[in-house]
Amino acid sequence: MEKIKNGALWVFCEVQGDALLPVGLQLLGRAKTLAAESNRPLYAIVLGKIPQGGAELLGASGADEVICSDGPAMKDKLEQPYADCLIALAKQYQPDILLVGATPFGRAFAPRVAAALGTGLTADCTELSIEEESGLLLQTRPAFGGNMMATIKTATQRPQMATVRPGVLPLPEPAETTIREPIMIPYNEAAGLARLLKETAITKGADISQSKIIVAAGRGIGQKKNLKLVQALADKLGGQVGASRPLVDMGFCPYSSQIGQTGYSVAPDLLICCGISGAVQHLAGIGGAKKVIAINTDPKAPIFAVADYQIVGDCVTVLEHLLQELDK
Amino acid sequence: MKIIVCMKQVPAAATASIDPLTKTIVRTGRNAVTNPFDLHALQAALDIRKQAEGTVTAITMGIPAAEKVLRDAIARGANDGAILSDRAFAGSDTLATSYALSLGVEKLGGADLIVCGKMAVDGDTAQIGPELAQHLGIPHVSDVCEILEAAEDHLVVRREWDDAEQEVYLPLPALITVAKGKNLPQLPTIGGMLRGRAAEIAVYTAEALQADVARCGLKGSPTQVVRTFTPPVRGQAQAVEGNEQQQAEKLAMIIQEVLYGKD
Repeated sequence: MEKIKNGALWVFCEVQGDALLPVGLQLLGRAKTLAAESNRPLYAIVLGKIPQGGAELLGASGADEVICSDGPAMKDKLEQPYADCLIALAKQYQPDILLVGATPFGRAFAPRVAAALGTGLTADCTELSIEEESGLLLQTRPAFGGNMMATIKTATQRPQMATVRPGVLPLPEPAETTIREPIMIPYNEAAGLARLLKETAITKGADISQSKIIVAAGRGIGQKKNLKLVQALADKLGGQVGASRPLVDMGFCPYSSQIGQTGYSVAPDLLICCGISGAVQHLAGIGGAKKVIAINTDPKAPIFAVADYQIVGDCVTVLEHLLQELDK
Repeated sequence: MKIIVCMKQVPAAATASIDPLTKTIVRTGRNAVTNPFDLHALQAALDIRKQAEGTVTAITMGIPAAEKVLRDAIARGANDGAILSDRAFAGSDTLATSYALSLGVEKLGGADLIVCGKMAVDGDTAQIGPELAQHLGIPHVSDVCEILEAAEDHLVVRREWDDAEQEVYLPLPALITVAKGKNLPQLPTIGGMLRGRAAEIAVYTAEALQADVARCGLKGSPTQVVRTFTPPVRGQAQAVEGNEQQQAEKLAMIIQEVLYGKD
């Protein structure tokens, strides 16, 4: 396969059911700039069956080539066989950078690839760029402790690997492409040891990442019963309820409402934060919000640094008054 | 069945600080707790031990004070514990940590089943379990929320993801990572606490594990933190003053303005 060059930038593009997940396209959009800046070819990597028209879509999203590897081992989408297949490809074609969408499956199988290749993997990046002098990939993610972000690089090992959450990057505008078919690389290993016995698709409620109006609650909401106020305001405004991670951890709210680095990234026209202090992990998920109103008792809460309107006060009392006010 | 549970001591969130030089988390053991997901991992292991006879060994890598999580695990029902502790391990990223843990597992004579928490709440990477499984060359299933079947040579596990629910047949030896699912971590018993306090905890240094020090700690970690910074702020927020009633009135107007324009 002389068409495939070593030292390329690879984006793993996950297939779920019979469709490519948007996160792969989002990554290609960003990777196109990174590839151009660092003079690397950009390849989209698909494992298992590629959907009809998939190669063209990936080409239109920025890929210079689409590489698809399939074989009997790829029948069950499980961690070990998918990792083994990607490991084999990476060993053969030596990518310089390998990006993976931080979907549950991406997070579950990509670490195996990093371990096998003896390289680093930076999870849940919110920003990727190229260091000018070295051409290395700069991977930025929230750091633990203090309200800080950390920029990380993998200087000595290859590929440089990072995962990025769905929804953090915008979908690219489709461009002209000549790609119609993927380059097929057969993967002839036997099926893995684990077997998928049953898979049921879960139908999600409306996706919070697409919501235009969000009323989000944090620990400052106090008791679970106060969430009714948050729901009432969301209903009145035609929006959805979001939550900070502590509320989800405490079982007050479902994971599908979690906003932040380990939850969903949101970009609503209006975000009302009720009793959210604004840990950097949470702020990582709200960068795209157009107008932010924050209600918190602590005037020093970091959420106010990213807010357009700041209300220092008890969110429960303010919400009660606000609901009455909106009824007038 | 021989089960090993990987556990981690994490700083209680509010007390964490970053070393200005290495830009890694300062670990003093003060205000430290067991990673919450690891308690679910331990409980899953204890539940499996009930169905398929065997032993549960808790293992951790960390500063000497981190043995506290192992004594706590024994208090909750684990049979014994082992800590991997050496200055050579300091500053490990997930690759170096999973490498050291793989040596620890081998030192303990291997295992039929390794159980990890879904992720640690200090790093949030969820990478140690899968990387450890890869080092050991065994299959794994991440984010398990229920053990449906536990036999001598296999498990049947269920996991729930955003978009799908799966049941997986997993032949042993294997590794699972456990999400907060149906299992409820049990509290230590008095007898357990006494056993935990009295237990001999095995301590393994890098040398005892015959570790390649080039693959350990900061030196063996391909990822380096280049810089840390405070995220950019949006500019001064406009304060909405007054008592709660007045704030609510002004807020109602602001919301109208944002959503429907100024008129």
